[in-house]
Amino acid sequence: MAGLLDIGLLNVNVSDKQILHDVSLSINTGEVHVLMGPNGAGKSTLGKVVIGDPAFQVTSGNIIFDNADITAMSPDKRAKLGLFMSFQNPPEIGGVSLSSFLRTAVELRRGERVKLWEFKKELREVMELLEMDMSYAERDLNVGFSGGEKKKSEILQMLMLKPKLAVLDETDSGLDVDAVRLVSKGIRHYIDTCGGSLLVITHSTRILESINVDRTHVLVNGNIVKTGSSELIDEINTNGFGEYSEV
Amino acid sequence: MNSPNKASEIDRSIYDIRNDEDNDYRMKSGLTSDIVERLSAEKNDPEWMRDFRLRSLEIYNEIPTPQWGPSLDGLDIDNISTYVRPKSDMKGSWEEVPDDIKETFERLGIPQAEQKSLAGVGAQYDSELVYHNVKDSVMQQGVVYTDLESALRGEYADLIKEKFMKLVPPSDHKFAALHGAVWSGGSFVYVPKGVHLDIPLQSYFRLNAKGAGQFEHTLIIVEDEAYLHFIEGCSAPKYNVANLHAGCVELYVGKNSVLRYSTVENWSKNMYNLNTKRAVCAEGGRVEWVSGSFGSHTSYLYPMTILNGENASVEFTGITFAGEGQNLDTGAKVVHSAPNTSSYINTRSISKSGGVSTFRSSVKINKNAKGSKASVSCESLMLDDISRSDTIPAMDIRTGSCAVGHEAKIGRISDDEVFYLMSRGVSEEDARATIVRGFADNVSKELPLEYAVEMNNLISLEMKK
Repeated sequence: MAGLLDIGLLNVNVSDKQILHDVSLSINTGEVHVLMGPNGAGKSTLGKVVIGDPAFQVTSGNIIFDNADITAMSPDKRAKLGLFMSFQNPPEIGGVSLSSFLRTAVELRRGERVKLWEFKKELREVMELLEMDMSYAERDLNVGFSGGEKKKSEILQMLMLKPKLAVLDETDSGLDVDAVRLVSKGIRHYIDTCGGSLLVITHSTRILESINVDRTHVLVNGNIVKTGSSELIDEINTNGFGEYSEV
Repeated sequence: MNSPNKASEIDRSIYDIRNDEDNDYRMKSGLTSDIVERLSAEKNDPEWMRDFRLRSLEIYNEIPTPQWGPSLDGLDIDNISTYVRPKSDMKGSWEEVPDDIKETFERLGIPQAEQKSLAGVGAQYDSELVYHNVKDSVMQQGVVYTDLESALRGEYADLIKEKFMKLVPPSDHKFAALHGAVWSGGSFVYVPKGVHLDIPLQSYFRLNAKGAGQFEHTLIIVEDEAYLHFIEGCSAPKYNVANLHAGCVELYVGKNSVLRYSTVENWSKNMYNLNTKRAVCAEGGRVEWVSGSFGSHTSYLYPMTILNGENASVEFTGITFAGEGQNLDTGAKVVHSAPNTSSYINTRSISKSGGVSTFRSSVKINKNAKGSKASVSCESLMLDDISRSDTIPAMDIRTGSCAVGHEAKIGRISDDEVFYLMSRGVSEEDARATIVRGFADNVSKELPLEYAVEMNNLISLEMKK
């Protein structure tokens, strides 16, 4: 049976420089995969390529999502199919409120109009879960948000959009203890209520502590050098990436 | 303003529908003393006005065409008809307005807006007003809102003679002189002391005639302790010859009064928009300009405010969108000439498809304006590599005891922003339009709702091209 996401022998360039080499990776529905690797290994690139960042060129290989070949598909169409990424550094969009933008996105994802009061009710519930002040809903998208607020806003969007697969790009970096707890709670909620699948790109294991990890991949210099169980995380935490850097 | 909630129905065609010209009178093209005298006779001017027009014409002939801004080579006054009288005198009810003219204004949503949210409406078609109405409750408070021609013969005739073109004298520049010579139509508003008008008055200017000029004059006097919001809208169908708009707006704001003046200008892209607006503000008074410039081929527009009394203030909020073939030179001027006055100029400009957008500001703080504050902030967004955006701020500060700030930013839509919005399911076109609308948000949120919707629709429309 085909997985939810099947990446096959993917080669990716950015302005003629190859970043990813023959990357293959499969995620089944409901699974949590962790992608680890040293800085500059290409982890974020892989995440962005999965959701369709036009800054990167796929030179060969393909990406199959939910039985559809999305390799050449634009990011908006991928989002409608149920792909999502929590950005490491989401850009600030002035003059567009989080709430109005998110309502548009939710309607596009669901393919139907959502009544304002229903949307507000749902939004309030999720914001309460993440212990976000309701005033954030009316603030401009990411403008003046602290690092932690941006990450919570990304998780809020994930929970409202209910994607089939979410890529979390360094969602735990730069967060204080409380924020880590709330982001973890949000991720837990996503898994429990949406049956969601995850590709978690991370340096650390802080947000993974409350989550059951199915597979771990190690990416070094654009190559997946090892795939294993969740125990691989502990092993890397103890030994670092040193033994893979020869590859 | 048409169908405000249905973005899918936006269609430039509502602005572009031309009516056949069925004029009552059309002045032959060109500008001579003979033409000005005939215009004055047609309008049944008082004698002082006839003389004023002829003096203005002399000044017009002496002043050279400005060379410091966008080219005016395509504008030949010999090909412009300065006066086109529609086949209708001014009516007090929409039913009486001729069908073709009435339908034009209905498409633009003018009667509908009046019913909903306005205290009074004037509608000018070519050179004359065809409709004017003010709510009884407003008149009972002593507010006067009428066409300037009627006012010249009415109760306030002396006041008008005292104020007309004193803030913007014909010698100010060539097109002010032209205006003085051939002005026609426009509005006179008088708000008595202590009257607070909660709902706005609105004038709408429509230029239908091909190769014609529109020269309406707006004179507003707000006495002390009063409040007025005046809204001005304008549009025209597109022709392949030049049309000219050289209107003039003079605003007198009394002590502790507030005048808010909102404009959404959507002239067709064959229009030379050479408009002059000026306000003088007494002690504790406040002027709030909100200005959206979308249309015209070439614009020169820099509303000016003279802060003449202590603690007077002005806020100018403006947006300019220059698309293909447009050269829009816009900005604002402020003169601080009393202590503790303050000004805030906040603008956004967008250029696209080869459009040129220039922001020009001039802030002068006189020696006596101690303790004054001035702040200028302008941001520009260029949507492609062939468009152009310039910022030309000028400051003339004559006292050490003041606070002055200036901030300018020129940028582009970043690919990261577009990708981010697309990653949430928004199409590329909508992502760009969302970013541009967000950029314009500081202006749209200042506009009355119908105009904010119209402005957002215009942005979406421009982004589709």
